[in-house]
Amino acid sequence: MRILVIEDDREAAAYMVKGLGEHGDTADHAATGEDGVMMAASGYDVIVLDRMLPGMDGLAAASTLRASGDTTPILFLSALGQVDDRVKGLKAGGDDYLVKPYAFAELLARIEALTRRRGDEPPTGMRVADLEIDLLTRRVQRGGARIDLQPREFKLLEYLARNADQVVTRTMLLENVWEYNFDPQTNVIDVHISRLRSKIDKGFAKPLLHTVRGAGYRLSETG
Amino acid sequence: MSGLRKLVRSTAFRLAFFYFLIFGLSTSGLLGLVYWRSAGFTAQQIDETIAAEIQGLYERYRLLGIPGLTQVVVERSKQQKQSLYNLTAPDNRQLAGNIDGWPIAAPDEDGWMNFAYDLRVGEDAVERRARGREIAIQGGFRLLVGRDVQQRVELVGLMQAAFWWAGAGIMALGVVGGLLISRQTLRRVDAMAAASGQIMAGDLTRRVPRNGSGDELDRLAASLNAMLDRIESLMTAVRQVSDNIAHDLRTPLNRLRARVEVTLMGEGDEQAYREALLRTVEDADALLATFNALLDIGRLEGAADGPSDRVDLATIVADVVELYAPVAEDAGIALTTDAPTGAAFVEGDRRLLAQALANLIDNAIKYTPAGGRVIVATAVRNGVATLSVVDNGPGVPATERDRIFDRFVRLESDRAKPGNGLGLSMVRAVAARHNAVLKASDAGPGLRIDLAIPAAARPPAG
Repeated sequence: MRILVIEDDREAAAYMVKGLGEHGDTADHAATGEDGVMMAASGYDVIVLDRMLPGMDGLAAASTLRASGDTTPILFLSALGQVDDRVKGLKAGGDDYLVKPYAFAELLARIEALTRRRGDEPPTGMRVADLEIDLLTRRVQRGGARIDLQPREFKLLEYLARNADQVVTRTMLLENVWEYNFDPQTNVIDVHISRLRSKIDKGFAKPLLHTVRGAGYRLSETG
Repeated sequence: MSGLRKLVRSTAFRLAFFYFLIFGLSTSGLLGLVYWRSAGFTAQQIDETIAAEIQGLYERYRLLGIPGLTQVVVERSKQQKQSLYNLTAPDNRQLAGNIDGWPIAAPDEDGWMNFAYDLRVGEDAVERRARGREIAIQGGFRLLVGRDVQQRVELVGLMQAAFWWAGAGIMALGVVGGLLISRQTLRRVDAMAAASGQIMAGDLTRRVPRNGSGDELDRLAASLNAMLDRIESLMTAVRQVSDNIAHDLRTPLNRLRARVEVTLMGEGDEQAYREALLRTVEDADALLATFNALLDIGRLEGAADGPSDRVDLATIVADVVELYAPVAEDAGIALTTDAPTGAAFVEGDRRLLAQALANLIDNAIKYTPAGGRVIVATAVRNGVATLSVVDNGPGVPATERDRIFDRFVRLESDRAKPGNGLGLSMVRAVAARHNAVLKASDAGPGLRIDLAIPAAARPPAG
């Protein structure tokens, strides 16, 4: 993937470019909003945009890009974390919003989710190995056997399946499945995941729902 | 010199001077009016009397000629004490009158003059002031009619003297009084400034002196002191929080460092390194979570109002309880609700209220032993919607109950439990944002926490 990082803190940007490179992506860096908007014209898969920039700030840069018809997914990075700041960022054309300080795994997972989400029409069914999810009848089968899921468990599985083979973090699950954006004290998500796991993986030789240490979870055929 | 300049520049002095000026001007105006109405009025009356008398005498002259006029003047000179007469022939011989000789004075165009005459008192003669008018009669005769104004002149003199004295007195009182008042005020202001200086220099325990009179300055001093009390308590809180942060973050950081150090000392096994790094990332994530929680609480406490919607507490209870249900089940705790839908509405931020409730439930589950129960309930009473979380765990001693909402407070017996000690602080910050009252009480046994939020009206149907 080609990723454009628009960030005025050179050290943070260098670390991000290196991390993305090791993850297998190609990352370019722009230190100002103006440079970023110019560089974006060459076409990227994702733009990581800092909210606070000298001169043209993140909101203005996103609005400029959207006004020029650029639909590249934008992930806002911000030290501001109030709900209305998030809303402002999303209104200006951002697709996701990550508050500093954040874990790098969180950034990677969100970048991947943004590229996946793009342009995909919601399918009526999804399949991960021998796990089948019917979005219309809301039925789940594995190896032909029916699995009964609670509504929330179904939503959780659906989100994991939409991002199959990718890491999703606990925060992303809480935001997208429960629509909360706070950090629960206990890892409530882990408990929900282990319940889901016991329903879809128990009794099967090959587990599908994997824990990625230090990052989150991944639904995939390969560990 | 600089003291005097400071005094002149002081607000109190300026006020005193201003009032003195207004008072002086109005007093002068009043005295001027009195003077004009008394002295001026009598002067006019005298002139009118003289004019009338001359008119009468001239009529007599026209009827009876000089002999008749002479006779009348002789008669009147005997009768009248106030009026003065002098009828003089062309050869300056006095024909009649009660003053000796023609007065030496310069008459104006109409013959009016102010003059002095000698009043005989026995053997002596006393000079007195008079005013009169002379008219020329055909043939070189001259008539002077006047009135003694000695008394009036003396009265005017007295009045003028009195006015001057009164003016000087007012001036002196004003200056001295103004100086006294402003010096006293200045001294109090100086004392306040000195106290502020010492406080700024770092002595936060000092207070601005008060004199207890309840006047403006005293009230100002009282509110300054109240402000200082607040600042001092905030400073203490901030210091305590930063001490706690230092303490609570040092422990995991030390652990993290020790692990890395020990791993580096060991033989280079890639698997061991990976393991150590993964655990380091987990520790760092926990630290980040603590920082984020601190920042969230700080933002909540520092920012003005955020988004606000009409929220049904029952919806929040249902959502959050659903989120925690598996956790409670795993812990062997019965998590139940008593929150009827459509009963308790508040104006607020749905996400923040959910987070607060999540923290309360989290806390209750953490401290309730297996086999216990946690009840989440809503109630509306007297315009207050209450969200309650009640457990039947060991509870919190009464002396500690107020402290549990402070940052990083973890009761000694709970240090082994997971958590960063910020959950209930977040609840308190959310409560403050919603003008809610947060109260911890004994559930006998267990802990009961009530979040009492001003209730909102039920939204219109549909």
